[in-house]
Amino acid sequence: MNILIKQGRMIDPANNIDKIQDLYIADGKIISIDKKPSGFKADETIDANDQIVIPGIVDLCVRLREPGLEYKGTIASETAAAAASGITTVCVPPDTEPCIDTTAVVELINQRAAAAGKCHVVTQAALTLGLKGEHLSEMAILKQQAKSVGVSNGLKPVKNILVMRRAMEYAASCGMTIFLHPEDVGLANNGCAHEGAISTRLGLPAIPESAETAAVSRDLMLIEQTGVRAHFSHISSANALQMIVLAKQQGLPITVDTSIHHLHLIDLDIGFFDSNCHVIPPLRSQRDKDGLLQGLKQNAIDVLCSDHQPHCPDAKLAPFSATEPGISGLETLLPLSLRLVNNKTIDMQTMVSKLTYEPAKILGLDAGTLSMNSAADICIFNPDTDWTVNGDNFVSAGHNTPFSDWEVQGKVTHTLLDGRIVYQINH
Amino acid sequence: MKQTDIQFDQNGQLRHFLTIDGLKRSVLTEILDTAENFATVGTQQVKKVPLLRGKTIINLFFEASTRTRTTFELAAKRLSADVLNINIDTSSTSKGESLLDMLRNLEAMHCDMFVVRHNLSGAAHFIAQHVSPHISVINAGDGQHAHPTQAMLDMFTIRRHKKDFTKLRVAIIGDIMHSRVARSQIHALNTLGVPEIRAIAPNTLIPPGTDELGIHVYHDMEEGLKDVDVVMMLRLQRERMSGALLPSEHEYFNTYGITSEKLKLAKPDAILMHPGPINRGVEIESAVADGPQSVILEQVTNGIAVRMAIMSMTLGRQASTEVDS
Repeated sequence: MNILIKQGRMIDPANNIDKIQDLYIADGKIISIDKKPSGFKADETIDANDQIVIPGIVDLCVRLREPGLEYKGTIASETAAAAASGITTVCVPPDTEPCIDTTAVVELINQRAAAAGKCHVVTQAALTLGLKGEHLSEMAILKQQAKSVGVSNGLKPVKNILVMRRAMEYAASCGMTIFLHPEDVGLANNGCAHEGAISTRLGLPAIPESAETAAVSRDLMLIEQTGVRAHFSHISSANALQMIVLAKQQGLPITVDTSIHHLHLIDLDIGFFDSNCHVIPPLRSQRDKDGLLQGLKQNAIDVLCSDHQPHCPDAKLAPFSATEPGISGLETLLPLSLRLVNNKTIDMQTMVSKLTYEPAKILGLDAGTLSMNSAADICIFNPDTDWTVNGDNFVSAGHNTPFSDWEVQGKVTHTLLDGRIVYQINH
Repeated sequence: MKQTDIQFDQNGQLRHFLTIDGLKRSVLTEILDTAENFATVGTQQVKKVPLLRGKTIINLFFEASTRTRTTFELAAKRLSADVLNINIDTSSTSKGESLLDMLRNLEAMHCDMFVVRHNLSGAAHFIAQHVSPHISVINAGDGQHAHPTQAMLDMFTIRRHKKDFTKLRVAIIGDIMHSRVARSQIHALNTLGVPEIRAIAPNTLIPPGTDELGIHVYHDMEEGLKDVDVVMMLRLQRERMSGALLPSEHEYFNTYGITSEKLKLAKPDAILMHPGPINRGVEIESAVADGPQSVILEQVTNGIAVRMAIMSMTLGRQASTEVDS
């Protein structure tokens, strides 16, 4: 199918392009930019006047909940939500049930994702068997046969530091990136809110900042020793980011992301026990949020991601600490990122880069660009559309969002996956 | 919409009593004044007023309690309400019935008020958010968050002895970190205008963010007790000894236990309070607990009048709105 995207503002940071031009797509690929190829006849023309055309978004941390937790979401429901959000590649952490420590689980995910046909799905393999933090998983096989893009222990930190060292050494020799959820389990002490005045006022079990900084510090030492390529996921504290920045400057092979909600919410937003604000790592202080935004400005944060965790309503219907942590974040990733552009924290090119090219690079994927002959994974959005977030209207099976009633700007109008229109807004 | 609004109905009247955090001084004063009117009911021949006749109150206790539950029960009965006590082993909620399902079932039995105690912070707010519009919820203690009726009976007791809150120096001693009582006391004392609130405890029992709470931290009893008007002891739960919070009961009593010797550091007319149950020899010496400055049993008696006041204000409101419509 031949598609012409007409007169959109095309932003492609990888190629340093920001220009209004036409995009020609055939056989799933971008075949020409601005110049009509001879004999090209569009089967479909998308009028992108006043719209922005960017590479499809690559989201580093998305839980699809399948296999094992289908009551919260399925590969079909969540990839449809991704498509509706301009996201064309999602990276799945290994904490499905069973977890991703065999190729069989990856095959199941791949098959269902292919059947749904809405979004590319790549997987992180379990770092340790059953995510138990004891034995190494068959990560070389998972890489070669199942094309896992990295290893991670999900949200279960490896407590035994010797196991962590060995796992990093082994991952390094497999050439795999390790994705880290930096949390010292002892210091976190089963908490559910950032330790500070708010946790004190509400009497909630608290997670101190040191639960993150102590873990980052430990992991940085091991990364230096083992030489593994590492990515720090959803950093929430200003001090941890500072430590990572320093280590980066010293040449350590590391990258870092924050989930978009940590750039918009703080512990105060919990109000009187709003369970939609229950996330791990917890929403931190104003000072932390300011530090993360400052870091973003200074290009210290490589990637913005949704840290999507859809839940069924029951998971959030209990006293705060008894609820399950997580936000259904796919559908707010782009509008909340645009908010950072609108309030001049970052410019549009930087935003696009941190949503597309940078995460693709970390995953080692040939994606996140609008280069000639690359796969036509494309997101088209109207940056000026005002809308009000309402979790109940989410495409995702998870309606759990603390952003309901937020006035946001920017709405995806079309999403293309390998040159097919997988999402189109209803007018 | 402000979250604290949940405690008030559309007419701005107190509907639930969940926390003191966010309540105005006038509301607290109204509770204290109303309680003053009820204080004599218990001393009369007929210990009953017909204010809540025909109302059904359910004491929903997910955590063991003798004093609080009994005084709530007595308060309700003296107001002529029908009372049902339900003690729920928290394990029964893990049998599969969610807290919300349990509430729906109890609501179906047509009750007017839940008095709730729960081991998780925010449980009372959660219940208040999900009950039918005609039902009131009173927090009888949720996790480490709040125990507002306890704090109000403490304020009532202080006012009876000290009259003017704005001239007081108050010391709270013990496990402030894990205490819902302390949190509610601090909010109440601040709201009523107490200029100096001290917290005396080792750092392991002091929560973070004390500046925002408006308290001054002391680690030394001699310094902290100097010239205070009110000494408020907290109960030290024995399980606190099992972690790395404190070395031993022996050391705790030695350092932070109140003795007649230490009480002398406070003003001569200082009163000594404790929410109970007391651990003799752990946080309090027997001679002091039973001594002339102790108002511990008065607190228990006052608890009934204060709870009558809060119940009648929240439920009585509904009686009047029903007449109106």
